[in-house]
Order: sequence, then structure tokens, then C-alpha cells
Amino acid sequence: MSVLAFAEQRGGAVRQVAFETLTAGRGLADSLGVELVAVLVGPPALSSEAAGLGKYGADRVIFAGSESFEEYAPEGYTDAVAKAAGQTGAKAILFPASAQGRDLSPRVAARLGAGLATDVTQVSVENGRIVAVRPAYGGKVLFKVGFKAEPALLSLRPRAVAAAESPRDAQVTTLELDQPRELTKVSTATGEQKERPDVAEAEIIVAGGRGVGGPEHWALLEELADALGPGTALGASRAVVDAGWRPHGEQVGQTGKVVAPPLYFAVGISGAIQHLAGMRTARCIVAVNKDAEAPIFKVADYGIVGDLFEVVPRLSEEIRKLRSQE
Amino acid sequence: MNIIVCVKRVPDSESRIAKAADNASIDTQGAKFVLNPYDEYAVEEALKLKEGAGAGSVTVMTLGGDESKETLRTALAMGADQAVLLKGEPSVDGLGTAEKLAEAIKGREYDLIVFGKQAIDNDNLQVPVMVAELLGVPCANVVVQLEIDGRTATAHREVEGGHEILEFGLPAVVAAQKGLNEPRYASLKGIMQAKKKPLEEIEVGDAESRLEILEVTYPPEPTAGEIVGEGADAVPELVRKLREEAKVI
Ligand SMILES: Cc1cc2nc3c(=O)[nH]c(=O)nc-3n(C[C@H](O)[C@H](O)[C@H](O)COP(=O)(O)OP(=O)(O)OC[C@H]3O[C@@H](n4cnc5c(N)ncnc54)[C@H](O)[C@@H]3O)c2cc1C
Ligand SMILES: Nc1ncnc2c1ncn2[C@@H]1O[C@H](COP(=O)(O)O)[C@@H](O)[C@H]1O
Repeated sequence: MSVLAFAEQRGGAVRQVAFETLTAGRGLADSLGVELVAVLVGPPALSSEAAGLGKYGADRVIFAGSESFEEYAPEGYTDAVAKAAGQTGAKAILFPASAQGRDLSPRVAARLGAGLATDVTQVSVENGRIVAVRPAYGGKVLFKVGFKAEPALLSLRPRAVAAAESPRDAQVTTLELDQPRELTKVSTATGEQKERPDVAEAEIIVAGGRGVGGPEHWALLEELADALGPGTALGASRAVVDAGWRPHGEQVGQTGKVVAPPLYFAVGISGAIQHLAGMRTARCIVAVNKDAEAPIFKVADYGIVGDLFEVVPRLSEEIRKLRSQE
Repeated sequence: MNIIVCVKRVPDSESRIAKAADNASIDTQGAKFVLNPYDEYAVEEALKLKEGAGAGSVTVMTLGGDESKETLRTALAMGADQAVLLKGEPSVDGLGTAEKLAEAIKGREYDLIVFGKQAIDNDNLQVPVMVAELLGVPCANVVVQLEIDGRTATAHREVEGGHEILEFGLPAVVAAQKGLNEPRYASLKGIMQAKKKPLEEIEVGDAESRLEILEVTYPPEPTAGEIVGEGADAVPELVRKLREEAKVI
């Protein structure tokens, strides 16, 4: 019997969310007293990455390689994960609640006739039963859910679990695949890949609101993001996205993305309830706003009351100074 | 072009959501119910495609109770041709609901089934992909752009840091994300006509739930932190605190 963790990769690189999934899977496997098996799906050349998954706690790795897996292949991946689940007697299958995981996990659930809990922030075992906590109704409530049967399928909200190393020598086995089904042909839109991480998965987010005044001032926030380092994403309030200053992919909040980074900067954002719904679970929130009464200060861990056009450049400067001393 | 649109009745996002006395369900008394916002994009896309094709029909379908007729009428008022109410309780997780929908769709002729990407009550993001898998047809999820040329479709979907382009043949499932289109408002004429459009009712029984809600809680109230200071002069102290207290930089 096993806990199975789907190790997401894109473009041949294992993604950070895979390590988070493995970490959560390690905990679950220990509680259940079963082995943790990572399943890695991708092009044949990816097999070199497989053994490395032992670093985050995989006892063993199942590699499903195929020429038709250069890009995400919904049907082929589904078949591979379902087969791995059958072979290992999976009691639970963990996915990241990423774009790929959100597409793949319901497919596998439908294939196995299993229950799926989406966007889980906590998973544990109570009296031998797998239970999960997940937000619902736009984060207004939390559901603690139990599974009526196994396998239990869960997708984990990125950054809800911090990746932790738990190294072991993971043996790699190769999954024999039948001719993969391919109903949907996927390709990556060219010229769109940004160098910054996505807002849903970033370690640090610098989010700007209407107070920033216009798209031409975003250079200020970019400068701060650059100073903070490569794990930093840009975020935006809805006011900014609706005005066309920033793309919808950056919107944080009830109708945008729900994020839980270790550090969140809210710059010129008032802190409307719908915005808070998307970022209140960030571990550390910093607000810069010229209005001392702005509601964002009610959730911020640290605030500076002042003009962002003075505060933000200084912040970039101080952080660069700090980084150069490291 | 024959299109089925699956829609759900949900509490409006502005509604106050409270846990019920049993601590394991939601008290929806006093909530205002609406057509799920993402399903508005789905209805709009179906209407546009039908109008573009110049022929065909748009059928809206829901699994729910009698009260869901109001939701179906809303979609009919936007311009859908007919409605189907599958009478039964949706499931806690997505699969039971997907099974009921797939079962009902199986016997019908369709080129496309359009969904919203997410129902804003349980926030499951599951049903569309599951229906596609159960029916064995291709699926594009979280779609922000869709083009159909004869029997092939091209969809753009949101992924981290960009878009993926999906190509697939019809029939297929598509789930709409915000940005796909601008949903139209129902005209007065549309609202009047909706009352006369066919609404079929089928008893299907309750969907099977593979999950159960054990407890409903509220997220912890965030606690206000401190104002470090005013203006740019407060920045060095902020940076020190982020480094030494919060240990986040
Ligand atoms: C159904 C629904 C869903 C919604 N979903 C979302 C969502 O997902 N995400 C979201 O963000 N919003 C959402 N909203 C909108 C939300 O209610 C607010 O309107 C929006 O968040 C406001 O954006 P803002 O904070 O950028 O703008 P404002 O509220 O206008 O705030 C601007 C802030 O900038 C400050 N400021 C101005 N100039 C300066 C300066 N020079 N220096 C420092 N500070 C300055 C001001 O004091 C003010 O606090 C939703 C609303 C509805 C009804
Ligand atoms: N009870 C239901 N009846 C019809 N369609 C539904 C139902 N529940 C969900 N859907 C559809 O599936 C989409 C995604 O829902 P969910 O997986 O619950 O987030 C919704 O936007 C609807 O299009």
C-alpha cells in the first residue's frame, strides 16, 4: 500500500509544487504507515530527474516516460497516474492545485471513481481516516472533509505546505504504458513565458493597487521585485486589472488568485474584503498606504503610512543593500 | 451547432455565509442566489457560437432542486433555447454531480458542452473535467479564448506564467474562465420569452458524495500588526523587522 504523490514537471524541470506535494505525502505516509511513491510523468529524457525525488521523502519513484509527453497530455497523464495508483495500492493520491494538477486530479478521480478534495491547505490522519481542510465559498469558511472510501484524492494549494527535505535512496521503476490516448493536443503559447514566477506560487509577492496611479509607474514595483530576488512575483488588485494596467493573471482576490506566500507587499491597495479573501493567509503582510485608516492595515503585520512613491524606492534601495551584504 | 451548458445556482459572492447549527453545513438563509458567475461566461459563449454558426440550439442543464428553475430561467432569458432540470441533490465533491450530468448528456446530441470553471459555493473546480473523462471526450479547462473551425477547436487556457494552447476535435467539453467574453444582460423581451421556453424536468435522484463535511469553521480573524512608522524614514526599521523578527527576507 502507498501514498502516491504526483511530481509535477513542466518543460523538463520538476516544479517547486512537486516538492511541496512530496513533503505533504511524506507526512501522510508516515501517519498511515505506508510507503511514499512519487509518480513522475514526462518525456523519456526526464528519467534523470526521477531518483532526485528521494530528497523530499519519496521511498520509490515510478517514472512514466513517453515521446508524447513533451507537453502536458491530459489523457495520457491520467492513464499513467491511474495505472501507478493501481500498481501501488494507493490509499491516497496527492496533486498540487496548480493549473496542471487542477486539470489532472479530477480526471484521475473520475477514472478511479474516487473522491477528490480540491485546494487543500491541511491534511492529516484522524483515527486512521484521512481528513483534509479546504476553504470554500471564496474563503469565507473552511470545510474539514473526510473521505468515505479510498483512494482519497487531494490537490494541495501551492505554498500551503513548505517543502522540507527528508532524503532517502529512492529506487526508480519504469511504468509500462500502452499507446497513450491523445484527444487533446497541448502546446505552450510562445513569447508568453515570463521570467517571474506565477503569483499563485511565488515566495514573495509585490502587489500594486490603484494607488500606484497608472501602468507607467509599475517600474517602481518591478524594481522592488528585482531587489527581493527571483522568487518574487508581481500581483495586482482588481481595480488595477479592470483598468487594464495589469493582466488578469496577476489579480489577487476573490475573483483572482488565492495566494499564501511567506511574504506579501500590498502597495497602494486599500484592502477591500474581496482582495483580503485572496491574500489573508500570507504568512507576513506588509502594507504601504498613505491613508492610516485604510483597512489593509487591519491585516498587515507591518505597515508604513506614507507616499508609496517615496517609500517603495527606499525599500528597494535598503533591500539591495541588505542583499549585497550577504 | 448544438450546445449544452451546465449551470449551477449559488449564493451571490456578496452574501454573508454562515455555518449552520450542526457545524457541518452552510446556513443559506438570507443569501441571495444567482446563476454562478463563471456559468454566465459559459452561457454567453454558447450563445455567441450558436449565433456565429447561424443554426443549432443552446440547452441549459442543472442538477438541483425546484429552486434551480429560477437559475435556468435566467439563462433562458439571456437567450438559451431550452432548459433541463435534473432533480436531485448535487454531491459534496464533484464526481457524483458529474456522473448525473454525464448520464443525462449521453443520450443527447451535442457538439459542445460548456461549463464555468468553478462553482463559487464549494469552489471544487472538478465537474467539467470529470464529465469529459466520463464521456470520453476532450476537454479544455480554464479557457480564456476559444475558436471553432468546423469540427476542430482551439482554446487558450491559463497556466502559471502564461497560456497553453489546446487543439481538439468536437464533440468536447470547455470550461470558461473570466475574460472569455462579456456576458450579456437579459433584455426585458428575453425575460418575457424565457417564461414560455421549454423546461424539461427529470427525476434523477441525489448524487453520490464521496466526501463528507465533518466540520465547518471560520478562518481565523487576521490580527492587525504594527505601524512601523511614517514615510521613507521608516523603511530601515521595516527591513530590520522583516529580517530579524519575521525572518522572511
Ligand atoms: C464580486 C466582487 C469581486 C471582487 N474581486 C476582487 C478581487 O479578486 N481582487 C481585488 O483586489 N478586488 C476585488 N474586488 C474589488 C474590491 O472591492 C475593490 O474595489 C478593489 O480591491 C480596490 O482596489 P485598490 O485597493 O487597488 O483600489 P482602491 O480601493 O481605490 O485603493 C487605493 C489605495 O491606494 C492608496 N493610495 C493612493 N495613492 C497613494 C500613494 N501615493 N501612496 C500610498 N498609497 C496611496 C489609497 O489610500 C487607497 O487605500 C471585487 C469586488 C466585487 C464586488
Ligand atoms: N449541480 C450542477 N448542475 C449543473 N452544472 C454544475 C453543477 N455543479 C457544477 N456544475 C458545473 O461545473 C462547473 C464547475 O463546478 P465545480 O466543479 O463545482 O466548481 C460549474 O461552473 C458548472 O458549470
